Amino acid sequence: MELKEKLITSFFELENKGTIDLDSNIHQIRSKAFTDFETKGFPTKKNEEWKYTSLKSVLNQDYTVFPKGENVLELKEVRKYFIHEIDSYKIVFIDGIYSSFLSETTHDGMDICLMSSALKKPKYKIIIDHYFNTIANKNESITSLNTAFSNQGAYIHIPKNTIVPKPIQIIHFATKNDENLLLQPRNLIVVDENSHVQIIERHQSLSDEVVLSNSVTEIFANKKAIIDYYKIQNDTKNASLIDQTFVQQKDHSVVSVNTFSFGGKLTRNLLEFHQNGERIESNLNGITFINNKQHVDNHTLVKHNKPNCVSNELYKGIYADSATGVFNGKVIVDKIAQKTNAFQQNNNILIGKKASINSKPQLEIFADDVKCSHGCTIGQLDEMALFYMQQRGISKQEATGLLLYAFGNDVVEKIKIPELKSRITKLIAQKLGVKLGF
Amino acid sequence: MNKYTEDDLKKELETQEYEYGFYSELDSETFPKGLNESIIRAISKEKEEPKWMTEWRLDAFKIWQEMEEPEWANVHYKKPDFQAISYYSAPKKKEKLDSLDQVDAELLKMYAKLGISVNEQKRMNNVAMDIVVDSVSVATTFKKTLAEKGILFMPISEAIQEHPELVKKYLGTIVPKKDNFYAALNSAVFTDGSFCYIPKGVHCPMELSTYFRINEGGTGQFERTLLIADKGSYVSYLEGCTAPSRDENQLHAAVVELIALDDAEIKYSTVQNWYPGNSEGKGGVFNFVTKRALCEKNAKVSWTQVETGSAVTWKYPSCILKGDNSVGEFYSIAVTNNFQQADTGTKMIHLGKNTKSTIISKGVSAGKSQNSYRGLVQIGARAQNARNFTQCDSLLMGNECGAHTFPYIECKNNSAQLEHEATTSKIGEDQLFYCNQRGIDTEKAIALIVNGFSKEVLNKLPMEFAVEARKLLEISLEGSVG
Repeated sequence: MELKEKLITSFFELENKGTIDLDSNIHQIRSKAFTDFETKGFPTKKNEEWKYTSLKSVLNQDYTVFPKGENVLELKEVRKYFIHEIDSYKIVFIDGIYSSFLSETTHDGMDICLMSSALKKPKYKIIIDHYFNTIANKNESITSLNTAFSNQGAYIHIPKNTIVPKPIQIIHFATKNDENLLLQPRNLIVVDENSHVQIIERHQSLSDEVVLSNSVTEIFANKKAIIDYYKIQNDTKNASLIDQTFVQQKDHSVVSVNTFSFGGKLTRNLLEFHQNGERIESNLNGITFINNKQHVDNHTLVKHNKPNCVSNELYKGIYADSATGVFNGKVIVDKIAQKTNAFQQNNNILIGKKASINSKPQLEIFADDVKCSHGCTIGQLDEMALFYMQQRGISKQEATGLLLYAFGNDVVEKIKIPELKSRITKLIAQKLGVKLGF
Repeated sequence: MNKYTEDDLKKELETQEYEYGFYSELDSETFPKGLNESIIRAISKEKEEPKWMTEWRLDAFKIWQEMEEPEWANVHYKKPDFQAISYYSAPKKKEKLDSLDQVDAELLKMYAKLGISVNEQKRMNNVAMDIVVDSVSVATTFKKTLAEKGILFMPISEAIQEHPELVKKYLGTIVPKKDNFYAALNSAVFTDGSFCYIPKGVHCPMELSTYFRINEGGTGQFERTLLIADKGSYVSYLEGCTAPSRDENQLHAAVVELIALDDAEIKYSTVQNWYPGNSEGKGGVFNFVTKRALCEKNAKVSWTQVETGSAVTWKYPSCILKGDNSVGEFYSIAVTNNFQQADTGTKMIHLGKNTKSTIISKGVSAGKSQNSYRGLVQIGARAQNARNFTQCDSLLMGNECGAHTFPYIECKNNSAQLEHEATTSKIGEDQLFYCNQRGIDTEKAIALIVNGFSKEVLNKLPMEFAVEARKLLEISLEGSVG
């Protein structure tokens, strides 16, 4: 049976299971999204947004939509996937099911909890009705698919004037299953006026089994809110991730989303920023470092809807072996968004003989008093620099490692959690096969 | 003294008239409107074409019928009704002309108005010209001088008669019939255009030039240019176009094919000034053009274009860098005003080793216009050490216009080096202030800045054309360029 048909029957199964409220507003949104997916189907390469990424190899598998039972993981098995050096709130899912044992949630002054309970309990209704699915891309059929099945994920609501004392980690584990897993987590993050939060998100498969995660996160930053969001993507060779993040910002807010793509079979990141206020700062950073036949597609959109806003975008890519990369950076400046500063940079190094990159930095500007620029480079390591280092007794491998590390360092430096920074440094060093003694 | 501000400039831009909008009363022969097989046969018959050519056209027509009009470009317009266009219009000639003196007096008057006196051109400038009015070529100068060097420069209709072997060999090889909707249409109905062949090792002693003019109403212009530079030769080719002001939208769908064989160099410059429509966006020419060049070993093709006219432009002069060490260049200034829309750029397809390409694109948008750069740089898996540099800058005047860039970069080789940069800005207040401080009034300052902004491209134009291009910029942005 084709995956699409399977999903259609699964949707009816979901409706009949009795675990969700069929009369709620949310279910109306689900049904609408489902019809949308049903008509459009999965995106193909004919779709301009999917021109360079084919989902064929991912979709021709058979997936289990609803995992059978709860799997238990020992903390020591998975400890290394957490940033365990620091205290943090944790929301952990195992095969799509919430693990209360590994998690650490709170309702004390803020809500760091589960989507499923937030959807059910009346006290969250106002927030859910006000925000849920308001900024998710309605044209993207794969986003609609997530919306149709949205039930589980993280729900974070930080009220006014609150600084969340420790970072929040959202981790999705996939354990060894006999069947291929399709996970569709749905996260909602609302940060109210003058509050600050740091979030780390990770999708991790614990085996070489086939896993497909279709994740959607909606982030709302109200006035003067500050959000730092980190995505660690270092999955196993048969795990694929379609990650969609939608951010809406109000006046004076600062949101940074940092994406670290180090592995997985196919990774597709869609990141959209909608600036609906003045004097906003949006930061989009990313490092992609992949090898073998891995594929990473970074799709970003920044919509400047109001005047006096800033956006900074910096994506670096290192592609080894036969890895393929895609960068599509779109910046749209509305007619009224005068005094916009939009900066975008995409640098790529191809080290693999069969590696390739498709880059499409795109500017659409309708206002005149703006400063917008984009730069894109594709190249290799500087032979002279390599030679210089070898002359001084540094092995070629180490020299290459150092230079590549330096290449990605601009992005690493932007990490504001020191423990995470050293973790990312270690991950890069590991990938480079060198020791970095700093 | 009233201060000249950007608002004034904007106002001037909006009210600026199209200088070449006159219509000349020429006795002409026009085919009935509509497109079908018999029209194509009739065009072919009118041109006294051999059978293979007729077949070729009919084949293209069949392909065209099955195609759909493309919609991906960032332009919005009412699609032309292909049955409401007359596909052939020619100034009536009593007999074949032997020399320029016999050219229709009205026609000569028209060219005088356009600022190109055919006779004067003949004497003064070292430029050989081919002039195409509506659908047919009316005059070609310097034919003899060129013939001495073995250079063939003639209307393509003549070339089909006189040099069928060359036309047959190359026509449609670079832009195949089924390449795109408009190329297919052009292949079916093209009526004239220029044909040029530079033999081995010949350095063409003068600039070759074609002037296009749409005169009749209700017609479309479909010209086809085929330029072949044989091994080790060099040619510089110029192209200019104008049309009368009309309320209707006229269609111009041309195909240009350039072939640069080993070690050859082609420099192709265009000054496009089709009627852009009035200040309300009514009328104007739809300019849907396919231009492509093939570079063999060590060959070099350089496209330079100044785009100021047309209501809608859809044009991507491209280079296929097939041979090793070949070089492709693209220099463009696109100026849009009022309701003009331009979606233009280039494609650089790197296939050979050590191939190099440079893209410099400058866009100036004013009024309510939309100006897009759309480009593709593609590095094939075997294109070792390919190199590309791309720069696209946009200048915006007023907050009702838009500037967009859609660059596609596809790299499949790890020894390639690519750079791409793009900026968008308006004329800086500090720049103006700096000029004002030094006693340069605002109008001159804007002129200075726009001129400087487009200098990199203007410098690439041949002398004769640089002057004209500068003049055109003046017309398009009068008050800003001095």
